Amino acid sequence: MIRKAMHRIYVALILIFLYAPIIVLVALSFNSSRSRVVWGGFTLEWYARVFKSSAIMNALGTTFGLAFSSALIASVLGLLGAVGIYAMRKRNYQIMLFMTNIPMINADIVTGIALLLWFVHLIPLGFGSVLLAHVTFNVPYVILCVLPRLEAMDVYQYEAALDLGAGEFYAFMRILLPQILPGVLSGFLMSVTLSMDDFVITYFTKGAGVNTLSTLIYGEIRKGIKPEMYALSTLLFAIVLLLLILVNLPYGNMFSKKVRQEGNI
Amino acid sequence: MNRNRARLLSIPYVIWVIGFTVIPIIFIIGRAVTDENGSLTAANLLAIFDPIHRKALYLSLALAFISTLICILLAFPVAVILRGSRFRKKSIILFVLILPMWMNFILRILAIQMLISNNGLINHVLEMASLPALRLINTPGAIVLGMVYDYLPYMMLPVLNSVLAIPEDVIEAAKDLGANRKEVLSRIILPLSLSGIGSGITMVFVPSMTEFVIANILGGGKLQLLGNVIEQEFTTSMNWNLGSGLSVTLMVFVLITSIIFGRSNESGTRAAGLPI
Amino acid sequence: MKRRIVSIICAMACLTSLLTGCGNGSAKSGDTLTIFNYSEYLEPEMLELFTQETGIEVKYEEATTPEELYTKYKSGGISYDLICTSDYMIKRLIDEEEAQPVNFGIMSNSSNIGQKYWTMARSFDPDNTYALPYFWGTVGLLYDKTRVNGTPDSWSVLFNGDYSGDIIMQDSMRDSFMITLKYLGYSINTTDENELREAAELLTAQKPDVQAYLVDEARDEIVAGNAAMAVVYSGEAFLGNLYNPDLAYVIPKEGSEVWMDAWIVTKNCQNPDAAAKFLDFLCRKDVATANFEYIYYSTPNEAVIKSMDNELKNDPAVVPPDSCLENCEVCTQTDEATTELISELWKEIKAQ
Repeated sequence: MIRKAMHRIYVALILIFLYAPIIVLVALSFNSSRSRVVWGGFTLEWYARVFKSSAIMNALGTTFGLAFSSALIASVLGLLGAVGIYAMRKRNYQIMLFMTNIPMINADIVTGIALLLWFVHLIPLGFGSVLLAHVTFNVPYVILCVLPRLEAMDVYQYEAALDLGAGEFYAFMRILLPQILPGVLSGFLMSVTLSMDDFVITYFTKGAGVNTLSTLIYGEIRKGIKPEMYALSTLLFAIVLLLLILVNLPYGNMFSKKVRQEGNI
Repeated sequence: MNRNRARLLSIPYVIWVIGFTVIPIIFIIGRAVTDENGSLTAANLLAIFDPIHRKALYLSLALAFISTLICILLAFPVAVILRGSRFRKKSIILFVLILPMWMNFILRILAIQMLISNNGLINHVLEMASLPALRLINTPGAIVLGMVYDYLPYMMLPVLNSVLAIPEDVIEAAKDLGANRKEVLSRIILPLSLSGIGSGITMVFVPSMTEFVIANILGGGKLQLLGNVIEQEFTTSMNWNLGSGLSVTLMVFVLITSIIFGRSNESGTRAAGLPI
Repeated sequence: MKRRIVSIICAMACLTSLLTGCGNGSAKSGDTLTIFNYSEYLEPEMLELFTQETGIEVKYEEATTPEELYTKYKSGGISYDLICTSDYMIKRLIDEEEAQPVNFGIMSNSSNIGQKYWTMARSFDPDNTYALPYFWGTVGLLYDKTRVNGTPDSWSVLFNGDYSGDIIMQDSMRDSFMITLKYLGYSINTTDENELREAAELLTAQKPDVQAYLVDEARDEIVAGNAAMAVVYSGEAFLGNLYNPDLAYVIPKEGSEVWMDAWIVTKNCQNPDAAAKFLDFLCRKDVATANFEYIYYSTPNEAVIKSMDNELKNDPAVVPPDSCLENCEVCTQTDEATTELISELWKEIKAQ
């Protein structure tokens, strides 16, 4: 019992650590003073204004478009890549793992400048160039999330299915994919979050007039972040939180159970 | 699916790697081995031995090492606790970990700065409790705090993934054979989650080695990590050749680390002898 | 093996052409201006107004420091038409023949810029052919009256250790060196290596007393009471005062740096008339007023100054009086060897 209580306290402390800055930011979104270090009273003004700012709304659209499309491309590329790498002979396997690590090993600024030097010769800078850059830094994370799954995978079930007459594609979809899917999903989620958070690489590879929330915020650090930005962040946060709660209602419960059962075939 | 055909699946990825990783790296290496006039030189690669750069490298290594260690120490127990708990929906845990990352990274680091600054929220609370104020901001400790805060989810996710992937019957079997809780932990769970910890180390150590935004905001510009030096060579001093040279050196250092952890990863796969 | 390489190259080519297709089609649009400015340095609504009035589309890009702006401009990734940056960087761009003469002839509002400011701009644009003054100001000390005894009217307060741990310096090699050189009684544009080394020694000795090296975010730190004084640009002082009335701004008696930001038209600009139209638009009284009220730095636009209320007009942080500019200089230091030396020394200071 004491052990259990200690476990709970430990997890709670970690959660407080992770969420304390979030609480600060949420509080700032209700602060009527434009300065982050002065409390000027409670207001909802920023929530009304955030939707009127075309700069913020454009950046929001770009950020989401970029995050989801780059994560999707990265997940597909990464899943295929991981399976292929996993099947490679030792030497090629090592070479590919090495290559995969490069974008993660490089400082963001180096990746950003290297891509800029290359893109200048290749394509006009714009949304497309940022998308290429984001996929490039997202794929390694997908592969790193999928490879451990592949390693822990039970291949004998797959072979048994083949012996029992299942087609290769069918067996892959029914047996292998569900086992590695959680890895792909965490890779996808990680890609979305990384892409939303990145600013250095985006900054160097973006074209004129293309802005993400990160590049907007970066420009605002020195003069003070605009309170509308806190309001928007709080809204985004609340939406994700709401989704999380919805998934856990009875209906969502059934859904997640189903996924789990399939995952345990 | 035989190995040959499985390998073909990686072709799009291989093309991508060549087009957007290898070629840009060649550009950077090209800058690193030349001077501003374009003639060959080794000076930019040897610049790491300059006392200023060496000092920055040591500081980066030390802070990245400490941050990574703290992340492992924080993340592993959480994974084990969650595995043992009757908490049914593990997907929720993942969401709870990722959720803070939906607030922009720069905003979160600024919030930490507000919490720990001299006249900040934590010191106000300490003052009310008549405790001595913390002088944390603009010290190496503040940078470590920021890094641990920002990268902890990167450690948690792979560690959690691998700890949760250990089949229950392996643990049952160990218990049946008389292993106690400690032995299960040290001889079953820990070895089987090493690949996850390995991934986590790469995901935490590497960005903390190359970080400069956290050091700028929480270090108050008083501490120079190698990432800061490289950033300044590119944006302030406009010496792209030196910046590239230092980047290549930094890459080598981080590579060595990740090869060490990559080994355990790779041998694990091969040892299992899976015939896919 | 050969076949594989060929197929990889083909695939690369397809991918590239695909992505080029969805890149921005900037080539075909005729009336577009690509503008590069410091961040938060223009009221965003004014851009929309400009497009409404003239039909000229604006692509707007921002950078935070002159060096960052220069790096991005020089990389050639984006072809900019108009650039706003600071004195010494403008001089550098003009020296490198990156600017083209502005067609002041077709501008009807440029006379709003006071003569005094055109004269000031001559320090980096000797014939007033390339640059249009935009905002200007001084570098001084923003301090908290409740934590500082008397008026810190000498830079010595930064170096004598009285406020150890309570001072914030500028995280910019130029500004930090400028004020130290002034304190030592030298010119901010010195090229004398010994004078620069002396300043570097002083800055190194000062480092343990410095709480942080920041840029404009220093203002918030003083407002919040995290430090007693900071080296800031004059406009920040006005903004700081809005949130905390205990703050005051002073230009120390040894003198300081006067800075000026101005617009130039790049040599690659294909539509210099549109660029001149935009510059003229910025000089118009209503637009300049909107920008002033967004930024609160000192404006060179006399039409705006005239319409200010007296309180603003008499605030030395908003309209610096001539008397306090006596010992001040504009930074025009672009000598390559000196720039490199300052960079190297600054790097050593920061690494201590």
